[in-house]
Amino acid sequence: MSSVQIRDVRKSFGNFEVLHGVSIPIEDGEFVVLVGPSGCGKSTLLRMLAGLENITSGTISIGDRVVNNVQPKERDIAMVFQNYALYPHMTVADNMGFSLKLRGAKAEEISTGVKRAAEILALTPLLERYPRQLSGGQRQRVAMGRAIVRDPQVFLFDEPLSNLDAKLRVAMRTEIKELHQRLKTTTVYVTHDQIEAMTMADKIVVMHDGIVEQMGSPLELYDTPANQFVAGFIGSPAMNFLKGNVKVNGAAYFEGPNGVKLPLKSAPANSDGKPAVYGVRPEHFTIADDGAEAEIVVVEPTGSETQVFAKLGGEQVVAVFRERHLFNPGDKVRLKPDPGLVHLFDDATGKRLNS
Amino acid sequence: MADIALAPRRAKTEIREATAWDKLRHNKNWLGFWFMVPAMAFLIFFLAYPLGLGIWLSFTDARIGRVGHYIGTENYEWLWDDSIFWLSVFNTLLYTSIASAIKFAVGLYLALLLNERMPFKALLRAAVLIPFIVPTVLSALAFWWIFDSQFSIISWSLKHLGLITQNINFLGDSTWARICVIFANIWRGVPFVAITLLAGLQTVQPSLYEAATLDGASRWQMFRFITYPLLTPIIAVVMTFSVLFTFTDFQLIWAMTRGGPVNATHLMATLSYQRAIIAGQLGEGAAISSAMIPFLLAAIMVSWFGLQRRKWQQGESND
Repeated sequence: MSSVQIRDVRKSFGNFEVLHGVSIPIEDGEFVVLVGPSGCGKSTLLRMLAGLENITSGTISIGDRVVNNVQPKERDIAMVFQNYALYPHMTVADNMGFSLKLRGAKAEEISTGVKRAAEILALTPLLERYPRQLSGGQRQRVAMGRAIVRDPQVFLFDEPLSNLDAKLRVAMRTEIKELHQRLKTTTVYVTHDQIEAMTMADKIVVMHDGIVEQMGSPLELYDTPANQFVAGFIGSPAMNFLKGNVKVNGAAYFEGPNGVKLPLKSAPANSDGKPAVYGVRPEHFTIADDGAEAEIVVVEPTGSETQVFAKLGGEQVVAVFRERHLFNPGDKVRLKPDPGLVHLFDDATGKRLNS
Repeated sequence: MADIALAPRRAKTEIREATAWDKLRHNKNWLGFWFMVPAMAFLIFFLAYPLGLGIWLSFTDARIGRVGHYIGTENYEWLWDDSIFWLSVFNTLLYTSIASAIKFAVGLYLALLLNERMPFKALLRAAVLIPFIVPTVLSALAFWWIFDSQFSIISWSLKHLGLITQNINFLGDSTWARICVIFANIWRGVPFVAITLLAGLQTVQPSLYEAATLDGASRWQMFRFITYPLLTPIIAVVMTFSVLFTFTDFQLIWAMTRGGPVNATHLMATLSYQRAIIAGQLGEGAAISSAMIPFLLAAIMVSWFGLQRRKWQQGESND
């Protein structure tokens, strides 16, 4: 196990820069999730960490050692690929023992290592099978087993769950988290799924267009997103955004689209009349007599909660209620955001305005 | 309403028993048979019939212009004692084994090379196919000229370099002649092997190499443990075809040496043609050709049993 330091790393393909100076400190034993939409550079960063891509500038260190010019095999890392990359002509046991075999380990050492990993992942009955004879989840576990056998300093996961069906994905998510709790190996995990990031990470790094938008614990990111991008990316259903102006007219409030009046706990300094974006998470709406009038568009009950799509000041918003509301399309309701939990972003830069 | 209900029923059309013809018309196998007829006719007229006729001819004393009579295995007995026939068998085996081995080695090397990232890749890949698209007789003529005893460019170059003083008698010396025809065959056969193996290489997932890199494999180990095992099914197919084509080669030899000098490059195919068509002994020629069949079957058997689908390729099953 070791810490990983990514310092001002840049990556260009020809003249096209995809990573514009990324710095991420990763502590020993930490589970870090790189999350972002496709094309944000998160996979490229992971591949640079693995040594599969060159580093254009900046440094990556594993432990105390700068690994920019260290061969992948000497970095002491193991990677789980999105398509698993299992060797189709080798049995599960051979797949898992391949790195030990290449290292010149003795047969008994290999079989001990493979057995240990197989027990951790409940793969023991499958050791003599070929990858083709396994289900998706089993293949995924073999890929993890191949990583565990090597007992590396750092685990790298490149979207490991995106080829699995929804139910299996949830199960494997728990399994990976449990594995990390058991082995306590530093882990860097890449995904585009913010729920995976929220549920698994000690630290989430939100990336967008080759830069780090924000990093922090899952709940930090959820509660105080640094900008509108992070606010919109983390959370499902996504945060509602309403454009308008901050007004300080005695008490502070927000004037939303078509003059709809939305509550603010306090206005940032010198922000009277400033154009801004008002952000409110769907679960932070309540139905109250002093709320803003909205017209119901669609109601989606999921059993545990009710998602309500409504027009608020002409803009569509979504609200989530734990209670069961029996609204009909066209009904008028009064929606009130919780003023203590709303977010305010700069209209031009998208930066967070309230603390 | 009641009126309608009470109206006399119209006689229904009589339901007749299904005749044998009806049953046949609705039989899937019968229909399937007719769909197969064109392919079957094609195979019978153009493959099975000539093959059968050839084998039949080998048991007769047919000559050109004369219908043969059945003479049993006399042609084969005659060949058994014919040293030229045995020389042609030896030549064919030598020609096939050396040419196929080198074609495999060079083809695999070229395929690996063309699979690398390099400039003008598409152009180079196309260039590799050139020997394959030139008509055989044309390339044979070119080689004939290259290996000409007087005007050979190789002899000319070597003389100008001062390495030799006399022209090399490429096609007049039995060892040289064998080397030359084998070289020409390799030149012609390499593109097929290279391009097919290249296609095979491209089916190997790049992520397997990345995984192997992280597992600590060197370039050689990647070839030995990843590329080669994954390529074996394609190697089996390519080499079976390559061996069959080489074993039955005719055009190249006939255009370059006509089997000479002193039968040193006579293959079974050329000898058969010479005896059957040039000398008119159809029965004997057919016997030589038929004698190739066991060798070809053996080659197919080797690839069938030795190199057939591996367990890891078989479909998904949760036994």
